[in-house]
Amino acid sequence: MAIDLGFWTLQALNALQLSMLLFLLSIGLTVIFGLMHFVNLAHGALYALGAYFAAWLAAYGGFWLAFLLAPVAVAGVGVLLYSGLIKRMRKSGPMAQVLVTFGLIFALLDLTRIFWGDLPQVLDAPAMLDGRLAFFGIEYPTYRVFIIVLGLVVLAALAFVLGRTQIGAMIRAGVDNDAMAACLGINVEKLFFVVFCVGCALAGLAGAVAAPLLSVTPEMGLQILIPTLIVIVIGGLGSLKGAIAGSLIYGVVQTFGAVLAPQLASVLIYALLAAVLVIKPTGLFPAKG
Amino acid sequence: MLDLKSVNSGYGETQVLYGMNVTAAQGRVLAILGRNGAGKSTTLKTIMGLLPTKSGTITFDGRPIAGRPFDIAKSGIAYVPETRDIFPSLTVRENLEIAAKRFAGAKDGWTMERAIDLFPRLGERMDNGGMQLSGGEQQMLSIARALLMNPRLLILDEPTEGLAPIIVKLIHDKLQTLKAESLSMILVEQNFGFATSLADDVAVVSKGQVVWKGSAPEIRADAAAQQEWLGV
Repeated sequence: MAIDLGFWTLQALNALQLSMLLFLLSIGLTVIFGLMHFVNLAHGALYALGAYFAAWLAAYGGFWLAFLLAPVAVAGVGVLLYSGLIKRMRKSGPMAQVLVTFGLIFALLDLTRIFWGDLPQVLDAPAMLDGRLAFFGIEYPTYRVFIIVLGLVVLAALAFVLGRTQIGAMIRAGVDNDAMAACLGINVEKLFFVVFCVGCALAGLAGAVAAPLLSVTPEMGLQILIPTLIVIVIGGLGSLKGAIAGSLIYGVVQTFGAVLAPQLASVLIYALLAAVLVIKPTGLFPAKG
Repeated sequence: MLDLKSVNSGYGETQVLYGMNVTAAQGRVLAILGRNGAGKSTTLKTIMGLLPTKSGTITFDGRPIAGRPFDIAKSGIAYVPETRDIFPSLTVRENLEIAAKRFAGAKDGWTMERAIDLFPRLGERMDNGGMQLSGGEQQMLSIARALLMNPRLLILDEPTEGLAPIIVKLIHDKLQTLKAESLSMILVEQNFGFATSLADDVAVVSKGQVVWKGSAPEIRADAAAQQEWLGV
């Protein structure tokens, strides 16, 4: 195996692209959990829905329409989930929440089967992103660069909103101590609803942008769930910093593990997860120190 | 201004308040005294809606108090909890702004400048994280944050707990200033001297009920009541 600078750059970009996709998924889940201690295992199913909506919408209006509307549609599903189930389950404890949202995965999975069938759906990247970019002596698919840039833009936007705005301060206060936040006149429940919808939209966005890279199948939501949970556990619950750190660690370990130590690749990330749980059980950057 | 009538409340299955009757009057300071576990903090948490009222009524300015903490806060009651509850992920400035920006008061109401005038120490630490403060500074921040809600009633749970005497003196003077501006307050305290020098009215609580009511000078003069209910 010729290991040179081009190889490292290429793999680093692959790692970064995987990280950004996981970041889009994990940030919503981690803030929802941090803010309301609500375990939403169906988050991965929303990602799959985003991919299906995107593939379906693209057939009518092309990629960009799908890119814009799929997250909105998934947020709409989020509104239904929230008012139908989650709102009623807020006080019912983690076991019931895990069971119900776990069941929801299979309900949504079968719904996608009923609507779209078992055959993988295809979504093509738009023409303008379909080529390859040449830089640093390597060629890299433009579409993957697009995902990296998109992830960085979302990261910057979320860092700004969470770190610099009043609503961001309210969200952080709610994650720190929801009872005290409520005593300061913050409607934590409404805040949670908004955060939940944004989290759903980001899961839908992740699904929409992932669709051209993979085939869109009903199982894709289940396949992404475990990596997303690993990201959150490694990064620590409730924080943006934890979500991005966890995503980068997962992306790097997974990508470089697969090429440098293929025989170890599948256990490497779990070994790391176990190590984090032993050394720092709350994760690297939990919102509650 | 705030009336509790036959209030029963507690934590889950454990009832702590048994028919609590207490009234806080407009422009006055009510001290709620009593031994550990008597139900003082539980009373405040029930007022704030943090614990459910199982039966009985709580009225604020004659109207039944709304059930949820954020409604109660919006109706004009600010809470300084025993644990101060500074948000660790927020800077001192953000801790203050979270109240200041959403509760703009009347012309002579509380502003960031006025809060920092009251506690100049906070002004020096605006960009520090909430958890980098000493206990006394956290207490100042918790009080300043509550004031920035421009409340009509301020309730404080053991503001002197665990603080050095010099800080207790400072907190005392600041609360005295607020009292002089006729801010209505409810004060829960273990520190008898601190509480009775600030309070107009005193209610002594034991086993979830008010067992003694009167003025601050009266409880200071009533050695028997002190002995029986407070053990001082």
